[in-house]
Parts: sequence; C-alpha cells; structure tokens
Amino acid sequence: MAPIKIRSDCKFNIEIKKAGGLNITVNSKVSAMYGGSIVKQIKEMCKFFEIKNAHILLEDYGALPFVIAARFEYAVKKLNPEVQKEYLLPTIKENISNTKINRLRRSRLYLPGNQPKYFINAGLHKPDGIILDLEDSVAPLEKDAAKLLVRNALRSVNFYGSERMVRINQLPTGIEDLKFIIPHSVQVILIPKCEFAEQVKEIEDEVNRLKKSFGVKNNIFLMPIIESALGVINAYKIALASKLNCALTIGLEDYTADIGTQRTEEGKESLFARSMIVNAAKAAGIQAIDTVYSDVSNMKGLRESVLEAKALGFEGKGCIHPRQINTVHEAFAPTDEEIEKAKKIVEAFNEAEKKGLGVVSLGSKMIDPPVVKRAMRVLELVKIIE
Amino acid sequence: MIFTKNASGRLVPTEINGQKQIPFKGVNKYKPKGNKIGTPIRSCIDFPSNGNKLVNNLTEALKKAGLKNGMTISTHHHLRNGDALTNFLFDTIKKMGVKNIRWFPSASFPVHSHLIKYLKDGTIHHIEGSMNGPLGRFASEGKMKGVGVLRSHGGRYSAVQDGEVHIDIAVIASPTADSFGNANGVTGKSACGLLGFALADSEYADRVIVVTDNLVPFPCVPWQIQGNNIDFVVKVDSLGDSSKIVSGTTQVTKSPDRLLIAEYVAKFIDEAGIMKNGFSLQAGAGGTNLAFLLYLKERMEKKNVKARFMRGGSTKYLVEILKEGLTDYILDGQTFDLEGVRSMRDNPNHLNTSPFTSYNFHGKGNFASMVDVTVLGATEVDVNFNANVVSHSDGYLLHGIGGWQNCLYAKCTILAIPSFRDRIPVIIDEVTTLCGPGELIDVIITERGIAINPKRQDLIKKVKKSNLPLKAITQLKEEVYQICGGAPTEPKIDKNKIIAIIKWVDGTVIDSVFKIKK
Repeated sequence: MAPIKIRSDCKFNIEIKKAGGLNITVNSKVSAMYGGSIVKQIKEMCKFFEIKNAHILLEDYGALPFVIAARFEYAVKKLNPEVQKEYLLPTIKENISNTKINRLRRSRLYLPGNQPKYFINAGLHKPDGIILDLEDSVAPLEKDAAKLLVRNALRSVNFYGSERMVRINQLPTGIEDLKFIIPHSVQVILIPKCEFAEQVKEIEDEVNRLKKSFGVKNNIFLMPIIESALGVINAYKIALASKLNCALTIGLEDYTADIGTQRTEEGKESLFARSMIVNAAKAAGIQAIDTVYSDVSNMKGLRESVLEAKALGFEGKGCIHPRQINTVHEAFAPTDEEIEKAKKIVEAFNEAEKKGLGVVSLGSKMIDPPVVKRAMRVLELVKIIE
Repeated sequence: MIFTKNASGRLVPTEINGQKQIPFKGVNKYKPKGNKIGTPIRSCIDFPSNGNKLVNNLTEALKKAGLKNGMTISTHHHLRNGDALTNFLFDTIKKMGVKNIRWFPSASFPVHSHLIKYLKDGTIHHIEGSMNGPLGRFASEGKMKGVGVLRSHGGRYSAVQDGEVHIDIAVIASPTADSFGNANGVTGKSACGLLGFALADSEYADRVIVVTDNLVPFPCVPWQIQGNNIDFVVKVDSLGDSSKIVSGTTQVTKSPDRLLIAEYVAKFIDEAGIMKNGFSLQAGAGGTNLAFLLYLKERMEKKNVKARFMRGGSTKYLVEILKEGLTDYILDGQTFDLEGVRSMRDNPNHLNTSPFTSYNFHGKGNFASMVDVTVLGATEVDVNFNANVVSHSDGYLLHGIGGWQNCLYAKCTILAIPSFRDRIPVIIDEVTTLCGPGELIDVIITERGIAINPKRQDLIKKVKKSNLPLKAITQLKEEVYQICGGAPTEPKIDKNKIIAIIKWVDGTVIDSVFKIKK
C-alpha cells in the first residue's frame, strides 16, 4: 500500500464483494469541508473501474484529488493486475505548454516521486526545472504507486513555469516508465546511470513510438546522467546519441563509488569526470549540467560549489531543497564585471558589422567569434533573469 | 435565546449566562459610557503591619478570600503550557466542594485539559477566555454548562475595568515574590519574563492571591505586580514545568513554503517604504514570524536602517536585533524563550508592557495603534479581508484571540498565512467565525501571492512597481479552490445551541460559535 499517515496523502483499503453495492467509509481530516466531494470522487472512480460491490475504506490526511485518484487506481490494480484502464483527470491548461532545447536550466529541483506533499508548492520556488523522481528516492515497493502519482501530477499540478522533468528508472525497467509520462505533458526525461549511446537511442525510439501512438505534439527532450567511469569515457558518444538530448549531467555519488573513492567537499576526485562532461556536452552542442550539492544547511558551501561549476563550464546545478534555488540562480547570474565586458564586446561587434569589418576589435585586442557569442549569451541571460 | 444580526450580518445573542450583550455596531462605532468600576475600600490596618501576608497554603488563602459557589476566579497564562498552578487551584476548589465557578483566564493551554473533569462535574460552570485545543473541542461539542466568552487581551482588560467581568478572586502565579506580595516574572526557576496579563486582575479583583515557588525577603525587585494590591501570599514547591513555561530555544520554521512567505513579508515591508529609520513593528513567535524578522534584519543591515521600537512576543531573534543596535527598544508583551527572559532581566532597553499599555479600549491611547506594521496569522481569511483566528473550517473552536484583534489597529496590518493547509483552504468565500473586520486588515501574504486590501490604495501604489507577486484576493481564492477541488462545504452546526461568543475590542459581540453536529 501507499505510504501511511503522512500529510497530504491517503490510503485505500478495497474489498471486492459479491453483492451489497458500495459501502464507502471515509476517515478524513477534511471530512467537514470535502467529505461529500471525496465520496463523489470515489463513486465516479468505482463506476469507471466497474466496481459495483465493495467495501472501501479511505484513511485520508488531506490528500488532493489527484492523489486520491492515484492511490485508488493503485489499489484497484493491485487487487486485479489485469486492469489496463487508466483513470485520468483533465490536464490543467498551465501544463499544456512547450519547452525549448536551449532554455535556461540553471536549477532543477528533485522531488521524491511518491511523496505528494512536496509537489504542490514546488513551482512557487521558481526552479528552472522540477524533477519528479521515479528512481533512487522511491523505495522498490513504492515504484508502481509512484508512477501513477507522477502521471497524475504531470496532468494536475501547476508547476508555475518550471520545466516538467521525470527521472525514470535505470534501464531496462526504465523503459516501462515512459508510457506513464510521455502522453502526460512531460518535457524532459532524465536517464540515470547512462553508459552507452545505445541506451539513449533505445529511449529515443520508445519516446518517438509513444509520441506517435498517443499523438503527442509537444517537445520532449532527454538528459542522460553519467554516473560511472564507463559513462564518463563514453560521454561524447552519449551526448551525440540523440537529437533529443538537451543536456548532459553527472551523478557523483555513484561515480565516486565506481572509481573506488569518496566524494569530498573539495571535489578533486571528480574534476576529470566533470570536465569530461562539460567538454563532451559542448562538443555535441548541448548544455552541461552539474550534480547536486547535498548539504542543505550549508548555503556558503553551495554558493562556492556553484561558482566552481560555473568556472568549469557548467550551466546548471541540481537542487535537493527549495531553499537552494535562489543561491544557485544568484551564483550563476553574470557578475556586474562580466556584464560590463559583454556589453563592450557586443557593442564592438555591432560597430564592426555596421562598418562591414571582418574583424572585431576592442581597444588593441582582436575579438574572436566564440568570445562574441559568449558575450551575447551573457546579455541574453541578464535579460531572461530580469 | 434571542438572536439579532449585528453590523457584520452575523447572528449574535442578546443575552448569555444571564448577562445582556450589545451586538457589534461596526469598527469604532460604539463607545461605552459611564464610570469605570471601583474596588472595595480597604484599610491598611487590616493587613499585617510587618508586611507579611504569607498564609499556610492555597486552601487557607481561598478560605480567607471568601471563596463561594458561583464566584469568578482569574488566572494568567504567562506560564503557558508549563502551568501546573491553575490545575492545582481547581483541584483545591474541587476538594473544598465549591461549584459553578466562572474561570476567567487570560488564556488557556492544552495542559489545562486537566480541567475538563471539573467542567463535567460542575466545579467550573464556564470559561471566559481562550479555549485552546482540548478545551475548545469539549466546548464545541456542546458539553460546557455555560456559554464561553472569548475576548482579546485588551478586551479582557476593558471588561474588568468597565465592570462587565467582576473578578472575585485573582490567583497570580509569580515566579518570584516577597511576603508583601510584590512579584515579578524575570527571576526564579519558573521565570516567564513578565506578568503583564495579571495586571488588571491585581488591580481590580476583590481579593488577590500571589502564589510563588521563589519567595524572597522584601523587597522583591523589580515589582511588576505591586504588593499593595495583594491580600495573601502562598508559597508552593513548584508553579510548573519550566521547560514548557519558556522554551530553551525558539525555532525558525524550516518549511520552504513558510520561509517563502516570510521572505515576501520582509520584502513587502521594505518595498512599501515602511522599513525606514525610526520605524516600529510588532512580531509574534510563530515560525513564520521569526523567519520574517531574520529576513527583515538582513534588509535593515544592508540599508543601514534602525527601528525605534519593536513589540513582541520576544525571542532570542528579537533580542539579537536589540543587541546589535537595530532597534532602540523592545516593548515586550510576553516572553517565549530563555534569551528573552534574560534580556528582559538584564537589558534596560527591553521593557515589559501589559494589556493596559498596549491594548486597552478604555485607555487614553494604546501602543498597538502606534506601530507602523504588525505581522499576524489567521486560520481563515475571506474575500472581504475578514479574518478568523479562533476556529477552524470544520467549525471547531481551537484557539484564543490573544492580542490579535488589538493589533489590527496598527498602521499596516499584515496577515502572513499559507493559502491552504493540506486540503484546507485558508483563503475562502466567508470566514467560519468573524474575529477581525476586513476594514482593519491591509495585506494578506501567502506563498501564492500577496493581496492588498483595495481600501489601501496608498500601499498598492507603493509596491505596484516591485516584483512582488501581487494578486486580487479573489484570484488567490480561486487558485486555492482549484487546487483543493472546489469550495469547501460549511461545517454542520446546531444553530440552536450556542457554545461561545466572540467579543470585539469595544465589548460588543462580533460573532457566535455554535455546537458541532456530529
């Protein structure tokens, strides 16, 4: 069964009977306000799943309708694994939106996929992306419940403009996760423990197949996570494996274990791997995104870690707590000095273009095209942030 | 029982517990007339000339005070959830076989659920004061014999002064006292900070008993409670559980959503131009309140702004602000942690206040209305900015008013609240119980946005160019309803059985609370 007695969640107990109709008992802290609406929702779901005679007990701790629906469907399918039908609530209009391959991805907030209490307000903290995680933060016994919950959240929860990401399980089982998310407005799929280009291809094929079969028109991108020595060596091939790839990222807990060392605050042990990721991603023309910083209470350490990542060439960082988001954004923001310099370079470039000069120069210095491009990116970033 | 509609359209009784009631007429529309009450004339020759008013025990004190059936007994709540004295007091009254007491506390806490058995057996007839937690639940189920009366801290002081509530015997738990009856709350093992809530009781009750677990030789200094008002002094082993009287430390919320609200509050106060040299504010001790103070402190440091005074609910965070010179004074109404107690004892700029200085409707002015900005909470707010602090959306009475109503008179009143809790909307169409009229509530700050009362165009103008997430309150409500699955249904109540009335600060009845239908 789903997790018991936690805020904003609920638990169903369903006993199918031969006769006697529906006997519904709701124990809820919100009975006075929503008892009627909860019973109505249960009856509708019974009708949908063709349950005519049953004892249904709901222990509710303030679950929202999309959570109640996921928990009920899980209970029904647990009783009868033959049931294929999906009980889908309407997709809210805010979640019918498209994403871009090169959008800003400075921060991505991980949310454990089976803990609905974290979902509803996550977007208020304005991370660039929200990851509903089906992998490591979900206990093996909760995986099936989590898939339904994540599916419902993708349709019902307003993430206030954050990119909707899902981390699927490691292949091969991860491929099975896709049908729970592709038809339901997911925007980026994180592929954990990626080691070979073929794995990305396999996911791409399944994504394309599902998109076609469900008539999904919106963009769905991939973000492979490199978490092993082999993955690091293959990073460039992985980055090139699919044109759906929008970024390459790294998971250091598994990587350091794989090379037989431990993660340190200083991070010397992962310098090679992180540089490889940046280099591979840039060579393939996609974004390079750094791992998470796991000490939630150390804001100074977080800031330093982001500045270091930025210096290495990363464009984003993972977050495991909403309070990290602002610090990450601040640290990734161009400094006043960077902005001033970028302005001068772009001005010089515009001036040179106007005059029809092939060479851009600032003072006595020649400016190469990549430098101009970087300066433009800095100014673009300033515009987006403002 | 006869009901009438008051100026807010709420059904209120014209009489309860045999006392006539005046329905709420509107904010500042009613001014009581006549004279304040006097207390019986006493002669000093009736008291020991050596100043020693010690009696053997509480039973003896109560006997000498003339305890009888049907009397009104008052207590204060500075010992909070660590209060053992009030429970012991009613154990004693029960043993003495006295019945039908009207208990008049300045507030109650879950520790007082001990008294439910005395509400059941008739020792206590009813409570006039906050009914928190289990007592509120008991009352809400219609089990209390009389009708409860909830007043603000200021309303309590006024009701004593104008004679609406006549206190027969006041029992004042005093962390330190001398045998003359001088008492304070800043020293002793049960130190709670101050004793301001017992002030009216000491001045207006017929008989006043000081009970202490730290008896010192005369003089007990400072004396916030003056011995000249005291009839008897009783020494006991312990007033209560000191770890629950003040917490060792107070904690800032860790909830990211509450922190977001706190950040918005600090930003609003800054952007609205309230945070400037010489400003003043009132802060409570809820997790969100502590957090906003920290964010505001950062902003004050950055902009080099200093406040003239801050009112609290003091905690170590407020104390730090005082120590760092970011405010000249703390005007303290109650102290929540050890640092607060220490600071009040040792720092001359950390001053004790009382409902008389801050909240009394019959006073010639109040500190509360002089404050530039006050940040408060609420259980519900409706689209007309009316707010509720005493009951939940399921209709149960669960909290007291405290100083909340009185604080609404600040120059800018902010309610910092989540827009919903679990699946319980906080921003709704109409409050379950009306405690504060919307015309006094200026800004609602939630994690989903900030709604400014359209009456405050001045504030709207000041912040409209900021990047604060401003929204109409109806829009906030719609968002919340969409998340929670539509409008909540109203609680099922028995309109024939009133369980408590809510007083406005001027003594009129602003709303009624009814029995919950199971």
